[in-house]
Amino acid sequence: MSLPRLLGQLRVDSAAPVELRRHRDTMPAPPGTAGRGDARLIAMVSDAGLRGRGGGAFPTGRKMATVAGNTGRPIVVVNGAEGEPASSKDRLLLGRLPHLVLDGALAAAAAVGADEVVVGLDRKAVRSRDAILVALDERHRAGERHVPVALVDLPSRFVAGEESALVHAINGGETKPTGTRQRVFVRGVDRRPTMVSNAETYAHIAQIVQRGPDWFREHGTEDEPGTLLVTMSGDVRRPGVCEVASGSLVADVLAIAGGTNDELQALLVGGYYGAWLSSTDAARSRLINADLRPLGASIGCGALVALPASSCALIETARVLRWMAGETAGQCGPCVHGLPALAGAMDDLATGTGGRQTVANLHRWSTMIDGRGGCTFPDGAVRLVRSTLRVFAADVEHHANHGFCHRVNTPTVMRIPEPEVAWR
Amino acid sequence: MRGSRLVLKVDIITCDGRGVCAELLPERIGLDDWGYPIIDDAPITGELVAHARRTVTACPVLALRLEPLP
Repeated sequence: MSLPRLLGQLRVDSAAPVELRRHRDTMPAPPGTAGRGDARLIAMVSDAGLRGRGGGAFPTGRKMATVAGNTGRPIVVVNGAEGEPASSKDRLLLGRLPHLVLDGALAAAAAVGADEVVVGLDRKAVRSRDAILVALDERHRAGERHVPVALVDLPSRFVAGEESALVHAINGGETKPTGTRQRVFVRGVDRRPTMVSNAETYAHIAQIVQRGPDWFREHGTEDEPGTLLVTMSGDVRRPGVCEVASGSLVADVLAIAGGTNDELQALLVGGYYGAWLSSTDAARSRLINADLRPLGASIGCGALVALPASSCALIETARVLRWMAGETAGQCGPCVHGLPALAGAMDDLATGTGGRQTVANLHRWSTMIDGRGGCTFPDGAVRLVRSTLRVFAADVEHHANHGFCHRVNTPTVMRIPEPEVAWR
Repeated sequence: MRGSRLVLKVDIITCDGRGVCAELLPERIGLDDWGYPIIDDAPITGELVAHARRTVTACPVLALRLEPLP
């Protein structure tokens, strides 16, 4: 049930980007921006029921209508930051299907009446950068006219993908969130109404504009239609990105990745910013928020990490939390102080120096930190802690009473990125 | 005076954790383990309004604000 709609054009013979000529065989040039935008294009995206693929799952058509309706000339921003370590789908799209993302961003610009597109990219994503620049050059040489498309380099920070941080960076500031008082869709880049959406979201927009809402709705459910890109990692035989229908069984998605080597202990859904699912819950869930939210999880950016039975979940989670603590923008007390506290406690528990008080602290600090940051980054750490304490309750009990478990020396499975020092 | 039901909000990015607010308005503001304000979102009415206004003014970094309830 791998459904290559976005990925249908991917070359199997090479990782080189699909060039313009070949892309245009499958998709005509997008509409240009004229006047105040095109309400019919917005209606197509709304009718398709597309939800953002960056993690928020916000109805994209509604976002576009809001931006188009606000005061000022809109601007379209492609969020290509992909700070989630367990995700590589945006990298794949930008690096190998740049024209699909560009067509979508330009169609969105036409829809909302934007006269500029900005693509935000991790400065270390060299392939994505090169692919986009070459793609723009191809269009120029082919005589395709479009609104200016600018690239902005971002530091490799998790919060670089947070919309206000991204906009702040584009405006020349540090890549740090600016709080929620002024939403970017009202005043963002250059104080203009700004549409910030994930690279994959724009890719879907391109296809919806070309083939219509009904085509998009051929898969998925009424409320969560279409296909989505999933990044599989951890203990799967064929890690990587695949495309599936929304609502596919998690078990079927795991099968596309070749299944697991070892017995599946648990599945991290939504990446490091997500939550754990027990293997039992994973076995009977569909990849859809309607199933996942009651289980305390959500699709997020579609990153799934398979934890094998041979791994100690507390050791893995402690490493992720330590990394998250290092990724705080350092602006808000509850986050700056709270995340290291959570990381330290989980580490103590994982390595055997923590007891019942440590577990109590994890609960207490979770409640203390949740919702009190200037962005939702600390809420992600709290979500991970709470789902760990719930899904691995038996392990938590064992560690609190008896110290570390027999899996303490298992090589770790979850990738921790190199630390970044820059904020610009 | 417009809107007699007000609520206190903190700009947590500007907030420095000095704790002046919790001293001045313990009825609504406590401190977390690291000295940062935890604000009770119950409406501020009656006599408490004047105290709340003084608290907003007294914040050394002006991180507090009083907002009307929608």
